[in-house]
Amino acid sequence: MYRYDLTDRTLVQERVAQFRDQTRRFLAGDLSEDEFRHLRLRNGLYIQRHAPMLRVAIPYGLLSSTQLRTLAGIARRYDRGYGHFTTRQNIQYNWPKLETVPDILADLAEVEMHAIQTSGNCIRNITSDHLAGVTPNELEDPRPWCEIIRQWSSFHPEFTYLPRKFKIAVTGAPQDRAASLVHDVGVHIVRGSNGDLGFEILAGGGLGRTPIIGQVVREFLPREHLLTYLEAILRVYNLEGRRDNLTKARIKILVRSLGIEEFTRRVEAEWELLRDFGPRVDDAQIARMRGFFNPPAYLKLPNCEPDLGKETAFRAWYRYNTAAHKVPGYRAVFVSLKKPDMPPGDATDGQMELIADLADRYSFGEVRVTHTQNLLLADVEQRKAYELWQTLAGAGLATPNIGTLTDMICCPGLDFCSLANAGSIDVAKLINERFDDYDYIYDLGEIDVKMSGCMNACGHHHVGNIGILGVDKGGEEWYQITIGGAAGADASLGSVIGPSVAKTQVPETIARLLDVYVEERQPEERFLDTVRRLGVKPFKERVYAAPIAA
Amino acid sequence: MPRRLLRDRQIVIDEWRYVAEGAADAGAPLIVSFDQWQMEPDTWIARGCPLGVVLSAAHKIEQLAPDLARFALIAAEFSGPGEGRGYSQARLLRERWNFKGELRATGYVRRDQLFFMARCGFNSFELPEADLEDAHKAFSTFSAAYQPSNDLGLAVKLRRDITASA
Repeated sequence: MYRYDLTDRTLVQERVAQFRDQTRRFLAGDLSEDEFRHLRLRNGLYIQRHAPMLRVAIPYGLLSSTQLRTLAGIARRYDRGYGHFTTRQNIQYNWPKLETVPDILADLAEVEMHAIQTSGNCIRNITSDHLAGVTPNELEDPRPWCEIIRQWSSFHPEFTYLPRKFKIAVTGAPQDRAASLVHDVGVHIVRGSNGDLGFEILAGGGLGRTPIIGQVVREFLPREHLLTYLEAILRVYNLEGRRDNLTKARIKILVRSLGIEEFTRRVEAEWELLRDFGPRVDDAQIARMRGFFNPPAYLKLPNCEPDLGKETAFRAWYRYNTAAHKVPGYRAVFVSLKKPDMPPGDATDGQMELIADLADRYSFGEVRVTHTQNLLLADVEQRKAYELWQTLAGAGLATPNIGTLTDMICCPGLDFCSLANAGSIDVAKLINERFDDYDYIYDLGEIDVKMSGCMNACGHHHVGNIGILGVDKGGEEWYQITIGGAAGADASLGSVIGPSVAKTQVPETIARLLDVYVEERQPEERFLDTVRRLGVKPFKERVYAAPIAA
Repeated sequence: MPRRLLRDRQIVIDEWRYVAEGAADAGAPLIVSFDQWQMEPDTWIARGCPLGVVLSAAHKIEQLAPDLARFALIAAEFSGPGEGRGYSQARLLRERWNFKGELRATGYVRRDQLFFMARCGFNSFELPEADLEDAHKAFSTFSAAYQPSNDLGLAVKLRRDITASA
């Protein structure tokens, strides 16, 4: 993984000093609430329902075991013993005290971490494929490019006061596991007609109040131009994006109002003028950055599936919670943070420390955060999967549900977030209570449920096969259900099935949707495919045919 | 009371007057708004004094470009703490239009913005009096940077190992 040099280390330490001074001036009354808000937001600090919320950047979701131990220590020392992993591969703490935040940042700086640009109207953490570098059919590992973009975007003097937040995702495989089509900019590593690797660039995707799928701005960009092309997009957006209305300020609204052709024309015109003056990435720099992401010292092992004669629970876990690896004898192992009695994406300090130890023992000391709010040990020997499973299971981290109904994405919701209209954690709990029969869950196969407590869509409900959106109806928590959304390479936005339902009606509503699927599906057909084939109508009819007990 | 501001890292008395601030002595440097300039450029030229122009965030640099040589000063106006167009305006003026005169940040300008403003090419800053004495500290907020830029006189070491300027 990338390791800081003296410059990187100096920069994060200088940031800590800067923020310490800003916090001091705020507490002394020299900065107003509003002035401090603009400063603290660019440091990941929100003022939430109960306390400040601090979001710490995990660049493209990659952590060393040492870093994960520090995150655990922060949870214990400054928070209430847990952290929440997010859909953008970051971690959030919900209970830090404002006065202690500079100390937290100083602890993070010790292990090459920070909270720079994790909120505010600036370029946010760069996200990527959690299987980067290990998935079999990848064109190229996207992480060196993520790090190049991370550095370029950190403290970018021109783009720190954008009209609105700006999120970039980078992928290097045909499958899109980073939801790049619903990012402000998606960067896909592709092979050009000349055989060279370069980038397909998309812009204008996003969720929130106005969900839009990103569109192609450039089909093939030679790799040395990546940063100048991003500068051109950002400059057009910075100058032309709306600043008069917060809900219309994302780049997706600019792209939509100009149309993709005109937007592209402006970007290309700007790029022509700056491409020879801006930062060019040359071969030596690419090679140097790739050096940080060299494959670990894999053993020469035969490809041997572990003894599947072992107990059923292990077999289910191995099937659902591990993924193919490009090196024979290895698997990528998901650490499920979707235990029925825990809020999705939460991990305790003890769990984080255990996972750090397991990373050292089984996976070259590295851990990844997935955009579906689980953790991943990317390089586990197949022959050690069983003993790893035993330890994970003992710690409640082996719920065998990755990719299934109960592997829900969920925002913190009304319990923590001051923006939310409705709870999401408790709805996840109700769904888990209703659907606890794994034979049934496995029979349903691949299906993703995504839930947001408000239309800001932090839980990505628009692109859930089943999406659940919390809405406020006369002070009560209600839920609007969508079906047919998808976040991958074939991304689509879900359709609303009908009037919203009460909290206690959500599980039965989902059960009725699933009944239609089970009755109507064709062999091998996923829930998403059935919805796409049949449309919303039969699902809607079933849900609203008979009253649902509240 | 004369205005004090930060220019080239020194606190100085501003010799420039905005038109709206009332009649200046004949020959004293004068800052007109871009709209005033566009309406009657000849009137301002006839004054024979050094001219500056103040741009709002919505103005396009391309509109000003043909007249650039007329101005010894360009001020970009920041309407509030979230306004960010001036950063792009500054880079365009310095890098694309090669503007060598005084580039001034006016409006909502606080010490916490100075580092990035300077890196984009601003060299003078209209700060509140309360911020003025301590503002120079902002220029040493960071001692290194990942992006090439055209800051004037900042002691910033560029990380040439990730990106080289062509």
